[in-house]
Amino acid sequence: MSRFKDTVIAGIVLLLGRGRRTREPRIVPPGRPDRGAENILLVLFACSTICAGGAIAVYALDRIGNQTQYLGLSLGLAFAFLAAAFVVIGKRLVVTEELDEPYPPEGHPGVQAQLDELVEESGERFTRKRLVTMAGAGAIGTLGLALVAPAVSLGPAFDLRSFAQTPWRRGRLLVGEDGLPLKADDIEENDFYGAYAAHADRDQIGSPLVLVRLPVSQLQLPSGREHWAPEGILAYSRICTHAGCAINLYRKPLYPPAEPRPALVCPCHYSTFDPATGGTVLFGPAGRPLPQLPLEIARDGTLRAAGNFSGPVGPSWAGVRDRKASS
Amino acid sequence: MKRFFLFAALVLAPPAAASSPGVVHARTGAALYAANCAKCHGPTGEGLKAPSLRGVGERAADFYLRTGAMPIARPGEQPEPSRVLFSQRELRQLIRFVGSLGKGPPVPKPQPAKGNLAEGMRLFTDHCAGCHQVAAEGGFVTGARVPPLEGVPAVRIAEAVRVGPYLMPMFSPRAISNAQLDSIVRYVLTTGHPDDRGGWGIGELGPVPEGMVTWFIAIVALVATCMAIGKRFGR
Repeated sequence: MSRFKDTVIAGIVLLLGRGRRTREPRIVPPGRPDRGAENILLVLFACSTICAGGAIAVYALDRIGNQTQYLGLSLGLAFAFLAAAFVVIGKRLVVTEELDEPYPPEGHPGVQAQLDELVEESGERFTRKRLVTMAGAGAIGTLGLALVAPAVSLGPAFDLRSFAQTPWRRGRLLVGEDGLPLKADDIEENDFYGAYAAHADRDQIGSPLVLVRLPVSQLQLPSGREHWAPEGILAYSRICTHAGCAINLYRKPLYPPAEPRPALVCPCHYSTFDPATGGTVLFGPAGRPLPQLPLEIARDGTLRAAGNFSGPVGPSWAGVRDRKASS
Repeated sequence: MKRFFLFAALVLAPPAAASSPGVVHARTGAALYAANCAKCHGPTGEGLKAPSLRGVGERAADFYLRTGAMPIARPGEQPEPSRVLFSQRELRQLIRFVGSLGKGPPVPKPQPAKGNLAEGMRLFTDHCAGCHQVAAEGGFVTGARVPPLEGVPAVRIAEAVRVGPYLMPMFSPRAISNAQLDSIVRYVLTTGHPDDRGGWGIGELGPVPEGMVTWFIAIVALVATCMAIGKRFGR
């Protein structure tokens, strides 16, 4: 019981004694609250928040015209309003005073307390501290969100199945860059050709192909792929298995006995693939072969897929080798 | 920027490429061929340690000899544009002689004035920019250097497209028609003298050097402005 009494008395003493702290002399001169400036500050924070939110909206609404300009405008305005808000704080709301002598060196006893007091007294003119803090945090937070929002476009974070899907299945027609069906006779040796799946989204990662024709005698395709290259016409996924760039270089020797062998090369990091041996890596950072698409020549001479890719298309990530291309 | 790439090319080039063989001068095409070419290409152009020249025509000979890519020190080396060591008269004789080794295509006559610049850029982007870069500045492919195309005359460009020298693909008139070739040539000639709207092309290499300019010039200007503002309003 006496323990309870002691606690109550101690509490009362603490409560009463709290306000009786002897006040040290002020460091920062007192200033009058400025509600007008505070209102301007709140409006500026709100404008900055709206502009930053607008940037996120512009980024999310992909189809509007002049998107880049609107993005730049909204982000720029968000920063400008924020800067204006800081100017208002600095000029009209925080009591400023120039020190005659430099700050005392850190670690000096009492310095931390002095700095705390400085900060506290500087903020004395704010009448609605919590509101201002929340508005400021809202503006800066929304701006931060606007800056990291584009990361969403890096790709699906959890559902990776769409990467394994391709438009290819048996009988699917190949079309050239111009959208017209590709015929076997169009494919000449010493040149290389881009192709897509007919009636399919060209942006799909499994759609673009690169086609080359090699002499049948030079082919050394892996077992099971003997009939994948009719007349020596080979089709590979155009997307490099390293970082997903487009295979855009065809290394074609003019005089094979003395020159490097034919190769499909990615211009980004020079991954070099051998079309004669099923897309195996000759050089570069790619870790797995270029997926090959089996071809067949239809009666009318057009090129058609004879199945799906030999492996997963697109850039590599953890576990990609275990996946299979699906239609 | 050009200097830098020249330097990079020199550093990366294997030492063999640096040694250019001298040529033997002679009065007739046959004598020039026998002294300078026959060792690798064979006395009658049948090809011993190098491609056969029968049927390549004056087109290929004109390209390799007038760019200085031939002769090379040993077969298998990359034939690269270099100083032409033959005289103009010797070049004419030798080209005519190689053309007479077998029936082959003549020297093409591109007409870039008839080409369409926009179509040329589209075709160049599709077929050539992978190696030569969209600004025709050249680059690398594994196993070879890709020459820049600045200052290359129209006829050489047309020849290269049709011949496909070294590791470059060969484009037949079915893949790239003569009219399309005119457009490509016109585009390549334009890349030599681009009208830089901003006043400075910065190597025509795209966003990386442009970003560096932003950092080294714009940031310095911004910091200087900030410091000036600080001085002006500090008190």
